[in-house]
Amino acid sequence: MSYTVPIGPYHPLLEEPEFFTLKVEGERVVDMDIRIGYNHRGIERLAQTKTWEQDTFLIERVCGICSTSHPIAYVNAVEDLLELEIPERAKYIRSIVGELERLHSHLLWVGLAGHFIGYNTVFMWAWKYREPILDVFERITGNRNHYAMMKIGGVRRDILKEDIPDFLAAMDELARQNEMLTKAVIDDPVLHARLKGVGVLSKKDAIEYAVLGPTARGSGYDIDVRRDSPYAAYDLVDWNVIVFPEGDVFAKAAVRLLENAESIKIIQQCLRCLQELPEGDFSVPVDQIPPGEGIGHGEAPRGEVFHYVRSDGSNYPIRHKIRAPTFQNLPSFKASCIGETVADVALITASIDPCYCCTERMIAVDADNGKKLLDGQDLIRLCQEKTERMRKRIKVST
Amino acid sequence: MSEDILKLIDQKFGSKVQIEEKSPTRAFVMVEKEALLDVARFLFQEHGARLCTASGVDTRWGVEILYHFSLDPINKIVSLKVLAEKPFLQVDSVGSFLPAANWIEREIHEMLGVEFLGHPDMRRLLLPDDWPEGEYPYRRT
Repeated sequence: MSYTVPIGPYHPLLEEPEFFTLKVEGERVVDMDIRIGYNHRGIERLAQTKTWEQDTFLIERVCGICSTSHPIAYVNAVEDLLELEIPERAKYIRSIVGELERLHSHLLWVGLAGHFIGYNTVFMWAWKYREPILDVFERITGNRNHYAMMKIGGVRRDILKEDIPDFLAAMDELARQNEMLTKAVIDDPVLHARLKGVGVLSKKDAIEYAVLGPTARGSGYDIDVRRDSPYAAYDLVDWNVIVFPEGDVFAKAAVRLLENAESIKIIQQCLRCLQELPEGDFSVPVDQIPPGEGIGHGEAPRGEVFHYVRSDGSNYPIRHKIRAPTFQNLPSFKASCIGETVADVALITASIDPCYCCTERMIAVDADNGKKLLDGQDLIRLCQEKTERMRKRIKVST
Repeated sequence: MSEDILKLIDQKFGSKVQIEEKSPTRAFVMVEKEALLDVARFLFQEHGARLCTASGVDTRWGVEILYHFSLDPINKIVSLKVLAEKPFLQVDSVGSFLPAANWIEREIHEMLGVEFLGHPDMRRLLLPDDWPEGEYPYRRT
C-alpha cells in the first residue's frame, strides 16, 4: 500500500519555498514530484523597469545567502555586452568578496546538515567559525550581508592596505579551524556509515540534468565556472577544483569542506596581491550601454549562476534572464531520491543545499483517511534516531 | 570536444543555420525551427555541451527562444536562437530528450505562452493554480 507524503510549500527560514510530493511504500520512496513558484517575485520583469545601474542592487535581492553571486554574474553579462575590461584591483576584490561568500555559505550548510543528522556539536562549531567571516564582510563592505560591492566597470569600495593584515590573520585562524572541522567530519566512522551510499546521483544523471556546483562535482562531473570560464581574478591565483566521484551525500559534504580550504587559499593570495597594487584604481566609468546581448556567469556556492541581458540602447534592459543553480539542481531529486527511505530524503534534499525549512513542513498523511502520520519534527527525529542506532552499532560514544 | 565547433555546425547544418561569432567565448546561432532538435542533439550528445538554460524574449514577430549551451572545456557559450512565430508560438521541445530543459521550457510556457511540442510534462510549475489561462506575465504587450 502506498502513501503520499507532501513536503512544503511554506518555509519560514531559508531561501524559497517549494513543494515535494513523495509517494512512499512503507519506508521506500517510489515516486516524487516537485512544484516551485511560491516565492516567484517577478524579478526578471522588475529588472526591465529599472536602469542598468539600479539592477545591480535589485539583483542582489534574488538571494540572501549568495547575495553577491548574482551581481557578479550580472556585471559579467553587461561587461560582456560592452566588451569592457575592468582594473586588476577590482578583479581581486571581486574574487575576495565571492570567496568569502562561499565560505560563509558552505559553513552554514555544514552546520545545518550536522544538526539534521544529530551532530549538534558540528552545528555549534561551524556557525561559530562563520561569525568572523561576517565581521570581515562588515569591515570590507559595511554590511554582514547584501554587500552592494559590485558595479558595472568594477567595484564600489576599495580594500584599504592598513586593513589587509587583520584580514590575513582572520584567514589564518579560519584555515586552522576549518582543517579541524574537515578532519572531524571526514574521519568520523558514524558519518561514513550514515552518509556513504545514500542518495547517489550518477555521473550520467548529473550530466543529463545538467546539475551544478558541489552537486555536480560530488558526482564526478568536473565543472567549475571559475576555472572553465575565468572571471574576476580566478585565473591570476593558484587553486584546485575539488571533485569526488561517488555521488552520495558524503561526497557532496566532502566537496564543500575541502572547497573551503581552497577559498581560503584564493582569498589569501588575492589579499597579498592587493598589497602590491596601488590603492584607488578599482573601477572604470561606463557612460552608455549600446544595443546588443550579453551573457555572464559565475560560480555561486551552490553552482553556476547564469545571466542573459539584452539592450536596445536605452537606459533599461529589454530582457534580463536569471537562472539560479537550484533551478537545475532540484529536478535531479527524481534521480537521487527514488528507492531511498523517508528518513534519508530529508538528508538528500539537504545535500544539494536548497532550503532546509522544507523538512520542517513534511507531513506524512494516510492516503485513505487523511490522518497525519509524521510531521517535520518527527522526520528530523527519525533522521537523528537512525544516526544514534548506527552510533551504538559502531560503538562510538557521544 | 572540438575547438572549431562553429565550423562543424556550419558544415553539418549549412543553410539551416546562421552563425554570428560575437567574441572568442560567445556565439549566437540562428536556427531554423525544424533543425532545432538536430542541432541541440549534435551539441549535447556528440560534443558534451551542457545546457545552461533557455531565455525567452518577446519580440514583434514572435517569441525568440535562446538555448544557451556551454562547452566548458573550451570556454565557449553557444546560444541557439529559434523564433516561435506569432500567432501560434510553437516550437519543438528540447526537453523531449534532455531532462535539463524540462523545467525551463515549462517556465517559458507559463511566462510567455510558447507551446513546446513533444514536451513530457507541461503542468504548471511557477504560476499559482488560480492564475487565468491565456495571460502571460512576461509578454511585452
